[in-house]
Amino acid sequence: MSVHVSHKEPLLRIAKRASIPAWKAWLIRILSVVLALLLSGAFIYAITGLNPVEVYKAMAQGAFGSERRSWVTIRDAMMLLCIGIGLAPAFKMRFWNIGAEGQILVGGCATAGFMIYFGGKLPTPVLLLLMAAVSLIAGAVWGIVPAIFKARWGTNETLFTLMMNYVAIQITSYCVALWENPVGSNTVGVINQKTKAGWFPELFGQDYGLNVLIVAVLTVGMFLYLRYTKQGYEIAVVGESENTARYAGIKLSKVFIRTMAISGAICGLAGFIAVAGASHTISTSTAGGRGFTAIIVAWLAKFNTFVMVLISFLLVFLQKGAVQIATQFKLNDFASEVITGIILFCIIGSEFFIQYRLIFRGRKEAGKA
Amino acid sequence: MTQFIALFQAAIVFGTVILYGALGEILTEKSGNLNLGVPGIMYLGGIAGLAGAFFYELSTPNPVPALCLIISFVCAFAAAAAGGLIYSFLTITLRANQNVTGLTLTIFGGGVANFFGGALNTMAGGVGQISVAATSAVYRVSIPGLSGIPVAGPLVFSYGFMVYLAIAVAVVMLMFLGRTRVGLNLRAVGENPATADAAGIPVTRYKYLATCVGAGISGLGGLYYTMDYVKGTWASEGTIEALGWLAVALVIFAVWKSVHAIWGAYLFGFLTWLYFYIPGLSRSSQELFKVIPYVVTIVVLVVMSTRKKRENQPPAHLGLPYFREER
Repeated sequence: MSVHVSHKEPLLRIAKRASIPAWKAWLIRILSVVLALLLSGAFIYAITGLNPVEVYKAMAQGAFGSERRSWVTIRDAMMLLCIGIGLAPAFKMRFWNIGAEGQILVGGCATAGFMIYFGGKLPTPVLLLLMAAVSLIAGAVWGIVPAIFKARWGTNETLFTLMMNYVAIQITSYCVALWENPVGSNTVGVINQKTKAGWFPELFGQDYGLNVLIVAVLTVGMFLYLRYTKQGYEIAVVGESENTARYAGIKLSKVFIRTMAISGAICGLAGFIAVAGASHTISTSTAGGRGFTAIIVAWLAKFNTFVMVLISFLLVFLQKGAVQIATQFKLNDFASEVITGIILFCIIGSEFFIQYRLIFRGRKEAGKA
Repeated sequence: MTQFIALFQAAIVFGTVILYGALGEILTEKSGNLNLGVPGIMYLGGIAGLAGAFFYELSTPNPVPALCLIISFVCAFAAAAAGGLIYSFLTITLRANQNVTGLTLTIFGGGVANFFGGALNTMAGGVGQISVAATSAVYRVSIPGLSGIPVAGPLVFSYGFMVYLAIAVAVVMLMFLGRTRVGLNLRAVGENPATADAAGIPVTRYKYLATCVGAGISGLGGLYYTMDYVKGTWASEGTIEALGWLAVALVIFAVWKSVHAIWGAYLFGFLTWLYFYIPGLSRSSQELFKVIPYVVTIVVLVVMSTRKKRENQPPAHLGLPYFREER
């Protein structure tokens, strides 16, 4: 912090940048990732004495070492991206939707329920549409509830959505106990393993083709929605300043509820993709913390869905890589969370150097960046 | 009766874990910092305390109880405060967003704790399960004599010292925030940092200290969990994370008043374990029972926001950044 000294110029002061060229901002971000990799490398070396370069090589092997691995990496990145896309409108509005975890789970539960009760009774395309619809509705409901209270009474949405997560987790536990298969296993098992009813069909010869297609459509759609539509503009205004929005005649409560319905619905859809398109089962770990990680994805990308693609891949790459080094070097795979944490800390911190510049004592201020 | 005593004890032990988490977070939030890293901080406290005790017990054949206690306690507090320091540096000095930083701290703390927890389990060899029996015993020693009294003994006097310490911390915090000049200044920082700054209060220093000390206190929750709740062992199953979020919920439930957090914590513990003592519940309905603490918290949150009583509101500047140069 700049300490106020009346007669002597401080050693270091901070000034807000008026603007920064895009290449410079990206350079700072890339430098922060490099710094993070160095820090994590030091961490790995200090703990294990292994050559960090070898470890990073092994990580690349783990993420993209074979076609199968690459597709799993893509599938998981798409999942994270989908949640990030769902969170983007809410966060752009400065509505702290910490509840993605719960919205994914209720979407997943709705999907799994339909899969179990209607699997084999309806043709798969109809069933898929039906499951997508119920997951959208379930997620939207989970998003709307806190929004209504925020709109009507100003109830703190950060804490409300956080609590909704746990309600959803318990509902999921309830469903798991209800649908347990085989009895006593405390898991639902793979649903419709023989018939594959309600599973995503192969697309372009790939198991996860449909996952990619859905999320790609969402990526482009959300980009256009936020940037070029009236509703997207309203979200931006509300996010910048609620008072300005009110002055401009934007009805805040309507924007809150509408945006949270969209946000929750897309997160619910992510639950649908996770259940019908990936794991074919439901458990409390279906969301697996991705609802929280995706917040960071959306925030760091400044709600630009195309930048989110990059960040999602980076994070999933780290995860997959860490699982690989865990087996290869006999570490445990929580190393990925440590490395993820370090990288995120560095990226979060780097934003400061994009927005502000440091002025050392004796430097001329003429060199405006 | 024995059933009731067992439930009561389970509630107190469970409540104490989240009480520490909540007390630390109350102190932090009073400075205007909404630290969503509580689960990560509790993780850090838990693993550091455990690691400290493990290496001490490894280094000597006859561990001295007092040293066991001091080493694990200091390790836990310091590691958790270090987590708070990372958060403070990023949000206060580098002006990063509080929620994003807090969530990252949760990921990081959980990662570090489970990574080293797994490593310790491997190092411990044998059944692959670390155990710091000597240290854990120190934490679980109950008050001699008093715990022998029928009914009142097991109900009130049968716990390790940290249960009573938590209550003491809550009471001291109440006095500190309500009755001292420094406490008043801290509340001013959380309510309106610009005004506090104008009045000559060093806002940055207050925020740093409150966040780091608060994190240290939260970390003791993790320590209590590893030493007493799971009796000096480690399992990477994410229980601490769930407890950490419950601690965040408890802060709201207690409307940012440390003394309310005491009975709130025990009530949460009671509600969490109640299903275990109700006969004839199927497993699925047990799961629905466990939702009660969260629903109660939501109801409290909503009622508070509708009634708008001034003394029950969160600190006015909670979660918002303060930069002197910006308005």
